[in-house]
Amino acid sequence: MSESATERLARLLAMVPWLLQHQGAPLDEVAAEFGIAERQLVKDLELLFVCGLPGHMPDDLIEADWESGKVYLGNADAIARPLRLGIDEALALIVGLRALAEVPGLGDRDAVVRALAKLEGAAGAAAAVADSVHVDLDRTPDREVVNACEDAVRRRRRLHLRYLVPHRDETTDRDVDPMRVLHVDGRWYLEGWCHRAEAVRLFRLDRVVTATVLEQDGTPPSSARSRDLDAGVFAAGPDDLLVTLELDAGAHWVVDYYPIESTRELDGGRLRVQLRTADTAWLRQLVLRLSGAARVVDPPELAATVVDVAQAALDAYQVTPTQG
Amino acid sequence: MSSAKTERLLNLVICLLSTRRPLTKAQIRQAVPQYAENTSTEAFDRMFERDKDELRELGIPLETTSEDALFEDEVGYRVDRDAYALPDIHLAPDELAVLGLASRVWQRASLAGAARRALAKLSALGVPPDDGSLIGLEPRVRTAEPAFDALWTAVRDRVPVQFTYRTQSTGQVAQRTVEPWAVTSWRGRWYLTGLDRDRSAPRVFRLSRVESDVRRVGQPGEYEVPADHDPRVLVGDLSSDRPTRTTTLLVRPGAGQTLRRRASRVTPTGDDERHDELVVEFDDPDYLAQELVAYGPAVLVREPEDLRTSVVRRLQKVLMSGSGNEGEGGHEAKGPGGRAAMTEGTP
Repeated sequence: MSESATERLARLLAMVPWLLQHQGAPLDEVAAEFGIAERQLVKDLELLFVCGLPGHMPDDLIEADWESGKVYLGNADAIARPLRLGIDEALALIVGLRALAEVPGLGDRDAVVRALAKLEGAAGAAAAVADSVHVDLDRTPDREVVNACEDAVRRRRRLHLRYLVPHRDETTDRDVDPMRVLHVDGRWYLEGWCHRAEAVRLFRLDRVVTATVLEQDGTPPSSARSRDLDAGVFAAGPDDLLVTLELDAGAHWVVDYYPIESTRELDGGRLRVQLRTADTAWLRQLVLRLSGAARVVDPPELAATVVDVAQAALDAYQVTPTQG
Repeated sequence: MSSAKTERLLNLVICLLSTRRPLTKAQIRQAVPQYAENTSTEAFDRMFERDKDELRELGIPLETTSEDALFEDEVGYRVDRDAYALPDIHLAPDELAVLGLASRVWQRASLAGAARRALAKLSALGVPPDDGSLIGLEPRVRTAEPAFDALWTAVRDRVPVQFTYRTQSTGQVAQRTVEPWAVTSWRGRWYLTGLDRDRSAPRVFRLSRVESDVRRVGQPGEYEVPADHDPRVLVGDLSSDRPTRTTTLLVRPGAGQTLRRRASRVTPTGDDERHDELVVEFDDPDYLAQELVAYGPAVLVREPEDLRTSVVRRLQKVLMSGSGNEGEGGHEAKGPGGRAAMTEGTP
């Protein structure tokens, strides 16, 4: 993606005061702070190096030195103070803080409220625009669960979880070495090394029944790697079962929620889609939930299971009395 | 590619900030080397006009003075350092830390650059952050929807827009004209709320169903957003005025774990040792019925009657749609009204 000159200027005007305040910061840290590659950072520094006061004699130019791998900046008095927050900048932080403030048990609520008040005061008109963007972070997990997970991550302590697996309809016990607490696609998760699975797992916090911080070291094994969740949490593996579904219009939302491998439009507003799943119990539940708006085309065994479960439930209703 | 222009703009900003007296255009042309290289005055004039606009767009308070006797009818330009600079808002270290956390919300989203810049500016005020307590926290939202940028800026500028949109219930694609009021992320998905001009009524649009580019079809500030607009009521079910009711469920021992967690009472049944009896509160019978269907015979509704009927009807629909196997023709087996009123975001 090519960056406009104005966008780059905005970054440079933010970078100069930051560098003046953080003299000697390593190149890679500066690059990370501004979300750019080190190569780009060096280009930015090269540009700063040739800019300066009118006259542009050597004494007028910004001094920049990064030979040692650490960045030093000087002679940039005119732009030493950061430019006021732009509307999008103020909005990004205000909306973020407001979202954090609503999650029970997350972070330091008191600090969030104080920071929000100061920022809204300083942002002026931009604060009003922030009303037009809302982010609802998941507020369903228990405060105690959120606190325990945060605490365990911070202090590198092992966690004992009682964890509900809805599609198997069971509550399981596991010890987990926590790696991070993260919000993805509208849900909070704990990512950690699960000793039961001997692998990195994501646990949805609203399904954690209890979380107990154990007073023992919870450093994950060095082989534990965080998953890349940029494409969402439902990452299908190539060995997963390929399932073909037919969706009525009322079930089209499935396409927006799960990674669909292929989609074909049929007559009558129906879609035929293919998706992969490691767990047929999950898919069986999904199709039952959709209550006729979705149909399993393939594999036939799965279609038969869905029908069998529905038939068994109907049979049970035949013999179960209603009350009063 | 844009290096020369960025260099020119940066020199211009430095030049305007470092002067105490307003500078005339001619003086600025002399002071900024990239302008001096410009041979024609006309080309310089055009370039300078565009550059001024870009600086203003960045929020740089460019002052123009014309009353100054020194200039006669010439306009002078400068930027006041105090008007330019972010005032020191005296952040405490823990406040800067939560601001860092707030900026991470956008880490994988369209406003990532803005959030980073904002944080860098605040960090340049000289407070060391104390983020010890925030290690390993990643509260992210994503903006994978291509329409996000165009729609949030339309909301910001209050500009009516036009786009083609696929309606969920019918699958139909049609052009919509909307006065955007707000964009909202709810359960991990982005929604636009606004006035649908053709329907003269408020509507919710899911950004992932916007199928075309978003076109601006009016002037900024052309309409007002209703003062009482709360997008979350429109988007979500936060209004939830529905009265809370209770249901009695028959649940096999060990089954219905999610239901057991929120049951207000669990008792083994007297007449039927094979089930526990759970009392569970609910407000949306459709939503609960979907959940219950998924348990199959492990969870049955004893009462109320409407919920029991709803679950039974859903089970029948599963049978009807599932039994006519093979090929695309099997669909006729489906009963009338087979379109389930699925609540989104259920999974």
